[in-house]
Amino acid sequence: MVDLRFTPRLIARIAQALIVITLAAAEATAAVPLGPEGAQHLLTRAGFAPSPAEVLAFAPLTQTQAVDRLLAGVRTTASAPPPQWIGDPVIGPREFRSLPEESQKAERQRNVRRSLDLRRWWLEEMVGTPSPLTERMTLFWHNRFVSAQPKVRWPQLMYRQNVLLRQNAVGNFRVLLHAIARDPAMIVYLDSATNRRGRPNENFAREVMELFVLGRGHYTEQDIKEAARAFTGFSLDPDTLAFVYRPGIHDDGTKSVLGVRGPLDGDRVLDALLEEPAAAEFIVGKLWLEFVSPRPDPVRVAVIATRFRSSGYDIRTALRGVLMQPELVAAGEDDLLVKSPVELLVGLVRQGDGRLPNATGAAVAVAAMGQNLFSAPNVRGWPGGEAWINTQSLLVRKQSIERALARPEAAAREARAMLPSADAPPAGNPKQLLEAAQVMAAEVDPAAMLKSYRLQPERPLAADDIQRLAGGLLVVAPVSQPVPGTLAYDALRALLLDPAYQLK
Amino acid sequence: MNRRRFLQSAAVGAACFSGWARAATRDAPPRLLVLFELRGGNDGLNTLVPVHDGRYRDLRPRLALAESDLVALAPNLHLHGSLAPWLPLWNTSEMAVLQGVGYPQSDLSHFRSIEIWDTASASSEIVQTGWLTRVAENAAAFRRCAADGVILGAADLGPFTGGARAIALSDVRRFTAMARLALTSTAPAQGALAHLLRVENEIVRAGTELGPVPAFSTEFPRTPLGQAVQQAAALGSSRRVPVIRVTLSGFDTHQNQLGVQANLLRQLAEGIVALRGALVEAGVWDDTLLLTYSEFGRRPRENGSGGTDHGTANVHFAFGRSIRGGVYGEPPPLDRLDANGNLQHTLDFRSIYAAIIADWWGLDASRALRGRFNPVRFIDARHA
Repeated sequence: MVDLRFTPRLIARIAQALIVITLAAAEATAAVPLGPEGAQHLLTRAGFAPSPAEVLAFAPLTQTQAVDRLLAGVRTTASAPPPQWIGDPVIGPREFRSLPEESQKAERQRNVRRSLDLRRWWLEEMVGTPSPLTERMTLFWHNRFVSAQPKVRWPQLMYRQNVLLRQNAVGNFRVLLHAIARDPAMIVYLDSATNRRGRPNENFAREVMELFVLGRGHYTEQDIKEAARAFTGFSLDPDTLAFVYRPGIHDDGTKSVLGVRGPLDGDRVLDALLEEPAAAEFIVGKLWLEFVSPRPDPVRVAVIATRFRSSGYDIRTALRGVLMQPELVAAGEDDLLVKSPVELLVGLVRQGDGRLPNATGAAVAVAAMGQNLFSAPNVRGWPGGEAWINTQSLLVRKQSIERALARPEAAAREARAMLPSADAPPAGNPKQLLEAAQVMAAEVDPAAMLKSYRLQPERPLAADDIQRLAGGLLVVAPVSQPVPGTLAYDALRALLLDPAYQLK
Repeated sequence: MNRRRFLQSAAVGAACFSGWARAATRDAPPRLLVLFELRGGNDGLNTLVPVHDGRYRDLRPRLALAESDLVALAPNLHLHGSLAPWLPLWNTSEMAVLQGVGYPQSDLSHFRSIEIWDTASASSEIVQTGWLTRVAENAAAFRRCAADGVILGAADLGPFTGGARAIALSDVRRFTAMARLALTSTAPAQGALAHLLRVENEIVRAGTELGPVPAFSTEFPRTPLGQAVQQAAALGSSRRVPVIRVTLSGFDTHQNQLGVQANLLRQLAEGIVALRGALVEAGVWDDTLLLTYSEFGRRPRENGSGGTDHGTANVHFAFGRSIRGGVYGEPPPLDRLDANGNLQHTLDFRSIYAAIIADWWGLDASRALRGRFNPVRFIDARHA
C-alpha cells in the first residue's frame, strides 16, 4: 500500500509540479501567433498604443518571438538629440547666492523654461522612439528612484538622471542602484549631502529601504539609523554639483545593517539590501503592477524573482519573465490596467499616426491629468492604477482626447500664441495657459485613422465594421458600443471617449 | 410648472442647504467639516512652542524659536509668529488648540502614518476604508448631498478611500463645464473598469449639483492654498457637500526648516482666516468646523541639516463658532521621549474624530471608528 502522507517534501513536490504545469500552459499559449488583437494588446502593454502598421508587423509572431523582438530593440540612449542647454554649466547654491538680485531672477526664470523644455524633450522621445519599451522602462525607474522638481532646481541634473535611468533601464539592477545613490539629483532630493558623521540625516536610508528596494516589513528603524551612518560621505561639489565622496564626513565606525556588521560604507549597505530575498520580489512585484495586472500573483512573482536574483539582478531576465505572462496578450476584466496620462496621450498620438503640435503643451496637459514628469508628488512616486482616475483627472483626459480629434482653428491660433517654447516664456494666467495646453496637447487626423481601417469618416458603419474598429482601438469591449448606422467619424470619437479607452 | 412640482423641487433644493430652518426639518443636511491636511508632517514643537522649557533649547540649538518670534495666546501658550492672524479667533473663543495628538506605536513612514490617520486604524492593522467613507455609509444626510466630500489640491482620496463618493477638482466652474464629457452607466463591471464607471457617474451627479459659484468680497491670498480655499468657500457656501479637504504640502522639513515652515504656516493662517471670512459672508460659518491634521509631528532633537526627522505627537487646531475655545490634551513631555527620541502622544487622534462624528454630526462614532474613543469635548454639542 502506498503511504501518501502529506509530508513537507510531498507538498513541495506538488507545488513544484503545479508551477511547472502553470508555466507549461503559459508557454503553450505563447507558441501561438498573436493575431491582430493579441498584438494590439501586447504592444499596448509593453509600450504605447501601437499604430496599425506596428500591429500588422507583430500579428504573425508568437508571444515568445514578439517579446524577443521587443527586448532586442531596447535602447540605452534616446533616439532624439538632447536639449540644447544640457551642457550649460550648473550654477551651484554658493555662486547663486553671490549673484545680484536681477541675475538670480534671470537664472530662476531660465531654470523654469528649461524644466519645461526637458518635459517637451521626453514626450517627443516617447512619441518618436523606435523602442517604446525603452521609454516605458525609463518611466518605470523614474517612478521607482524618485527625484523631483522643484526640490531639484537644476534641469541639467534631472536630465542627467534621466540619461542614467535609460542607460540602465534594461541593464543590471545592482549597477543601477549603486549609480542612483551617487546621482546628484538623487543626492539633492534626499538630502544625502547633509548626512554627515555625528549629524545623520535618515532620508535616503529610509527611502532606499522602504520605497526603492525592499518594501516595508523587511528592515527595522535601527537598520535605517545605522544605514544612514554608512551613507555619510556621499556628497556634491558645491559649485558644479558633481558627485564627490568626502571621507572626512564619513562615519567609519562599526555598524550593523540587516545582520551585516562592520565599518560599512554606503556601497556595502546597498549590497546588503541586495542580499535580501525581499529585494528581487519587491522589484518583480512592481514590474507586475506595471505590465501584468493590478493583483500580483505571488507564485509567479516568486518564480521570476528567483530567476532575477540568480541572474545577478539582470533586469532583462525579470522583464522577459513578466512580458511572457498570458495577461500581456489577453486580459480578463480583473486584470485590466489603467493607462497613465503619458500612456494615454502618447498612445493616442502613436496609434493615430498623429503628432504633438506643441510638446510643451502636451507636458502641461499630462501634468493636469496628474503626471507632471520630473515632479512626482512625493518620493513614493505616482501610485498609478486606479489612482490615475478621479473626477478631475478623468475630465482632463477626456477633454484632451476630444481636442486631439477636433480643434477649432481659432482656438488653436490663440493657444499657440500663449504656450511657452524654448525661447519664449508662457503668456496668460495659469488658467488660460492650462486651457491652451490642453487645446494643443495632441493632434490626430480622424480621417487618416479611419483610413487605416479602410473606413471613410462620413459613411455609416455596419455592425462588423464597428466591431473591427473597436477591436483595433480598444483592449476590451466598449461600455457604450456605437449602434450600426453610426457615421464612422462619430463612432471613432465615441470609442476614443469610451471609458474602455482609458484602460489597457 | 404647477404648484405641487414647484414645492417638491424647492424641498429637494432645501434638503442640502442649511440654515435656521434646519432644526425644524428631519431632513437637515450634515454640517460642514473642512479638513486642512498639512502634508509632510508639520513640526508641532515649533508651532506650539514650550519656550520656557530649558530642554527645548537643549534639543534645538539652531532651530529653537525665541519668545520674540512667537505670538502669545496666553502666558504659557505660545504659537509660531506666522500664526498671528489667528489671535482674534482665539479671543472670540472660535479656536481650539489640541496638544500631543498622535496614536500608540507610531509609524514613522509618511505613507503608512497618513494611512493610519485617514483610515482611523490602529498602527498594526491595515484598513481599506477611510474614516469618512465609513461615516458616510451610515449617514442618510450625506447621501442627499452631491458628494460625500470634495478634495482640493491633491489627487489621493485619503479619508474617502474605499467607496465614498469623493470628487477631486481644482476649479468648480471648469468642473461643471466639463462634466458633460462624462456618461452615466449601469453596466456591470469589475476591477479598473468598475472604478472608471463609478467615477463617471460621480462626475455626472456632481456636475449637475455643484451649482453656480458665488462672488465673495473677501480677498483670497494669491497662493495655491489661497486658490484652493476660494474653491472651498464656493463649495462650502453651497452646502451641497458635507466635507472638503484642502491639502497644503511641503512640511517634510528635513532641512532648512525655519524659513520653509514660517512660510507654510503663514499661508495656512491667512488661508483659514480668508475661508472664515468668506463663509461668514455666505452665512454658513455657524455650521462650519475646520480642523488641521498631519501624518506626524517631527523629532524633538534637530538633525545636522537645519531640519528635523520624522516624529510622532503633534499639535492641531480646530476653528468654528461651535468650538469651545481653549487648550485640550497635555503637552507631551520633553524629558520622556521614546526609543526613537520621539514625543509620547497624550491625545489619540481618534478622540478628535469621535467628537466630530458624535458632537458635530450627531452620528454613532463607535461604528465609524470601529471602536470606542472618548470624544475630546472641544465642540459644543448643544448646537447639534
